[in-house]
Amino acid sequence: MNQTSMLASAEPDASSDANEINFAYLDERTKRMIRRAILKAVAIPGYQVPFASREMPLPYGWGTGGIQVTAAMIGAQDVLKVIDQGSDDTVNAVNIRRFFERTTGVQTTTRTHLATLIQTRHRIPETPLQEGQVMVYQVPVPEPMQRLEPREAETRALHGLAEYGLMHVKLYEDIARHGHIATTYDYPVQVNGRYIMSPSPIPKFDNPKLHRNPALQLFGAGREKRIYAVPPYTSVESLGFDDHPFEIQRWNASCTLCGSNSSFLDEVITDDAGTRMYVCSDSDYCQARQSDSADSADKANQAEAV
Amino acid sequence: MKANDVMPLPLLSVQGLSKNYAGRVALQDASFDLWPGEVLAVVGESGSGKTTLLNTVAARLQPDGGQVLYDTRDAGLQDVHAMSQARRRLLARTDWGFVHQHAADGLRMEVSAGANVGERLMGLGQRNYGRLRATAEQWLERVEIDVARIDDAPRTFSGGMRQRLQIARNLVTQPRLVFMDEPTSGLDVSVQARLLDMLRQLNQQMGLAVIIVTHDLAVARLLAHRMVVMYRGCIVETGLTDQVLDDPQHAYTQLLVSSVLPT
Amino acid sequence: MSTLLLSMKGVSKRFTLHHQNGAQIPVLDQVNLDVRTGECVVLDGPSGQGKSTLLKLIYANYRLSGGEITITPPQGEPVDVGSAAPRALLQLRRETIGYVSQFLRVIPRVPALDIVAEPLTEGPAGSAMTLEAARETARTWLQRLSIPERLWSLPPATFSGGEQQRINIARTLIKPRPLLLLDEPTASLDGKNADVVITLIHEARSRGAAVIGIFHDTAIGRAVATRHVDVSQFRKNA
Repeated sequence: MNQTSMLASAEPDASSDANEINFAYLDERTKRMIRRAILKAVAIPGYQVPFASREMPLPYGWGTGGIQVTAAMIGAQDVLKVIDQGSDDTVNAVNIRRFFERTTGVQTTTRTHLATLIQTRHRIPETPLQEGQVMVYQVPVPEPMQRLEPREAETRALHGLAEYGLMHVKLYEDIARHGHIATTYDYPVQVNGRYIMSPSPIPKFDNPKLHRNPALQLFGAGREKRIYAVPPYTSVESLGFDDHPFEIQRWNASCTLCGSNSSFLDEVITDDAGTRMYVCSDSDYCQARQSDSADSADKANQAEAV
Repeated sequence: MKANDVMPLPLLSVQGLSKNYAGRVALQDASFDLWPGEVLAVVGESGSGKTTLLNTVAARLQPDGGQVLYDTRDAGLQDVHAMSQARRRLLARTDWGFVHQHAADGLRMEVSAGANVGERLMGLGQRNYGRLRATAEQWLERVEIDVARIDDAPRTFSGGMRQRLQIARNLVTQPRLVFMDEPTSGLDVSVQARLLDMLRQLNQQMGLAVIIVTHDLAVARLLAHRMVVMYRGCIVETGLTDQVLDDPQHAYTQLLVSSVLPT
Repeated sequence: MSTLLLSMKGVSKRFTLHHQNGAQIPVLDQVNLDVRTGECVVLDGPSGQGKSTLLKLIYANYRLSGGEITITPPQGEPVDVGSAAPRALLQLRRETIGYVSQFLRVIPRVPALDIVAEPLTEGPAGSAMTLEAARETARTWLQRLSIPERLWSLPPATFSGGEQQRINIARTLIKPRPLLLLDEPTASLDGKNADVVITLIHEARSRGAAVIGIFHDTAIGRAVATRHVDVSQFRKNA
């Protein structure tokens, strides 16, 4: 074969069997491996299960763990929602959603209550989840004690023996340094009264939503090669002290767009003078509230007009 | 008061302990008993096996032969190496203490002094910040560290202060047995004196039993009731501290005692 | 009515110097000595003849080369010093034998008052005093031995030889024990303080203690002794 024809046959050809990408990108064996890890994780709530994390078409730090979990779970009948910091339309969320559209062809949505599978980076939607839904969290550092104890051999022993004094040392330090527990995201929790887990860098505001959630919650860390899970209706308690208990964040403002005063608010600087407004972080939730109030305003107008 | 009161059982019984490293005998057939409140010095030169003995008795190393029996609070005499890892670790964090030669090995250097002292209590389920802090303050006072330093990390402490913090961290759970590996070496002489005095007082006030490894015979004389002398992995002599130092019987002990420079 | 407190039978002591080709230094041989409560036995003999050695053997500071030493406390079981466990010997020293050696060996930082008070704080719960109460008693003793008050809060390392000796005496005698061993307790003392020591010895005897002492000043020896023992009789002839 001469050089030109070699190059020609090297070009990508969508119809060639050798180039076809499997449903949801991962091969079936890999999916089975990940599902086995997920089953173990569900059987031991909060316990970090090692898994053979694969090379994905994005670098570490961009959600490869969450993507692998979603890829192992997703089926043709699923409806997928992807959010990043609560929003459906950031670059990351758009890219990941498009990735799954191309490799699975499943239906996607921005509406929380219509999704069967939700992959998220750093937030839990305001709309309560239901039985049968699956939440997949992207996790950068699965080990909650890593800052204080970098030796994995040691943290494994601590988890195995439920020796969690160190975790409270971290909280003690916060109080000593700042007068209160200063951790505002990735706030450690105890799952099913046993394992201490990092809930991923969600704001502590979201921690109560983890507790006895009707949905299945899965956590994937691609770089660290760990999967863990919180099965439906499992207790998830945020750590604290008797005299410094866990507290969620509160704002003195409400959402400028929809008026909610019970959702997690992002602060947006609108001009160079430093004017700021507060907007719901959960874009779907905010839009739904806006259209609801628009509907009721319409109805009120119609009623008046009659 | 009868001269021979009913003798309580030994707190610790070491029987025929041996340890090899790749064919080399590091420890051979070491045996001794320790009673509550006794301070036992283990002396010898580098390579004598004294640190191996300490670490094997403290369950930080696995022996190749022999056993270490400890009179636990809840279950009586137990073979320390036959315990589950979980029980052994719990023992090490509650009824035992271990003071390292270099304080950095026995402290969390990046964490405040208060948290260092309170960690064992947090590990045992103490969940009241106010009380943890108050306990930490008491212990800092007891080891003569300025209470105002409670929120400072030991990185900012002097060597003597770090050692005293290490001691406080170990004693907060009122252990009955403390292991010490050359706790005063590397410290200035005046700092050493202060530490020795403190250890003596703590031993008396708390009825602590102590096994202290040292190459400094003066430390042994001042602190220890009893002494064992190690040479090439074996205990060559044992007795009351002043007995061994003033009337050494074994050739090596005589060499050791006569080699100390006079001041 | 006096009781037998100390019994030495056929006691011998020699030192073996392994690093001088096993050279043997005999010091004492066939010591037979009984001491009863209320006695004050003064050991006589030229220096270097084994007087201190004898006391150290009783105190279990030196090990026996041969023979037996038995100490029977007034309300207790006899203790065979040569074969007793270390724990038993420690208890014997705490409760039964007080030993004033020629050296004051203490941890550098401890003030004189506390050095003297400390023996009263040791012992089983019930008989041990609090530090404050012990200090009260210690003050009386320091006054009696003419230690100036300005020295009470200082560690004795900087004291004169005589002052150190008086601290040594105070801290040993402050706790009443049945058997007292005194090795040259007046060597560095002036006449006045030596007299105080003589009085202390008489007081100890009258409360029922037994005293065995070495005194370089023969006059003092004669003043306190109920009998004399010449140690050179136990010295093996080279």
